[in-house]
Amino acid sequence: MITHQTGEHVQGKRIFIYVWCYLLALTLIEVVLAYQQLNLKTMLVILMGLSVIKATLIISYFMHLRYERLSLVVTLMPALIFVIGMMFAVFPDSLRLLQLGIR
Amino acid sequence: MASHDAVGSMQGVITEESIWNGGRSPYAIGSKKLGMWLFILSDAITFSALLMAYSYVRVGSPLWPRPFAASSIANATVMTFVLLSSSVSMVLAVRAAKLGERSQTVKWILATMLGGVAFDVLHIREWLGLIAEGVRLFRNPWGTPLFGATFFGLTGLHMTHVTLGVIYLGIIAVGVHRSKFTSEDVEVSGLYWHFVDLVWMFIFPLVYLMSAKFA
Repeated sequence: MITHQTGEHVQGKRIFIYVWCYLLALTLIEVVLAYQQLNLKTMLVILMGLSVIKATLIISYFMHLRYERLSLVVTLMPALIFVIGMMFAVFPDSLRLLQLGIR
Repeated sequence: MASHDAVGSMQGVITEESIWNGGRSPYAIGSKKLGMWLFILSDAITFSALLMAYSYVRVGSPLWPRPFAASSIANATVMTFVLLSSSVSMVLAVRAAKLGERSQTVKWILATMLGGVAFDVLHIREWLGLIAEGVRLFRNPWGTPLFGATFFGLTGLHMTHVTLGVIYLGIIAVGVHRSKFTSEDVEVSGLYWHFVDLVWMFIFPLVYLMSAKFA
């Protein structure tokens, strides 16, 4: 049975439309950027940066994490960021591979 | 559990108020929601590992194919739009569920499912196009052999998540319609759906935009 959970705050629709518009705008910026023919590393850094911003918007507003307890955010986010950060350690090797010129 | 003596005064070490008696929600969310968040965390790490492996090979290979012509990029952009819009409809479904509006909830969940199916159709069309051009898992007509494995592996796993998500949402929609599921159940399914959208936010630029054809 669907019950209205009292005490829980129900948001208006507007903020979701705003976030949607921001996400679409960021997507279009990314597409335009892709055709600028930048250096690969620069492109990667900028695209990743924009994607992280989009991810933050989705996690905070659509997944509601902005309105949850801080303890939940602290339990989930740092672990994820740490693991992904650890994976970045392989990138210098990838660039080394590129310089070796192996096809 | 309190222990009472004949006069009725409390003597027990553990009182009714004790947190060890259960009934408390860590982080003030239900256990279903916490379970979904933890699953999402693990799945995010799985996708991160795949994306990282792909990025490693992509950056390290000078002959990586750039097969995505403007029409492919346009198709992928439309897919991104469809998935983002389905996330909005999901959020509206959760909102309707919290307000107790049963038919509206089902309506918005169906809209979300439609978005997922549209995404799958556009994606499979693209796959068929690439396969027709000769892309296989470990060879392609253009460059580094690993293009196929990374592309199909990444997007295939993502598409599987989308498809399973559509089925999951279908079950939730039926359950909501029959008044068997609560707004928490809708919210939990929403979390999964947003996660699927989130992964696409990374796949789209890293796989498609990085391999856009310029000529």
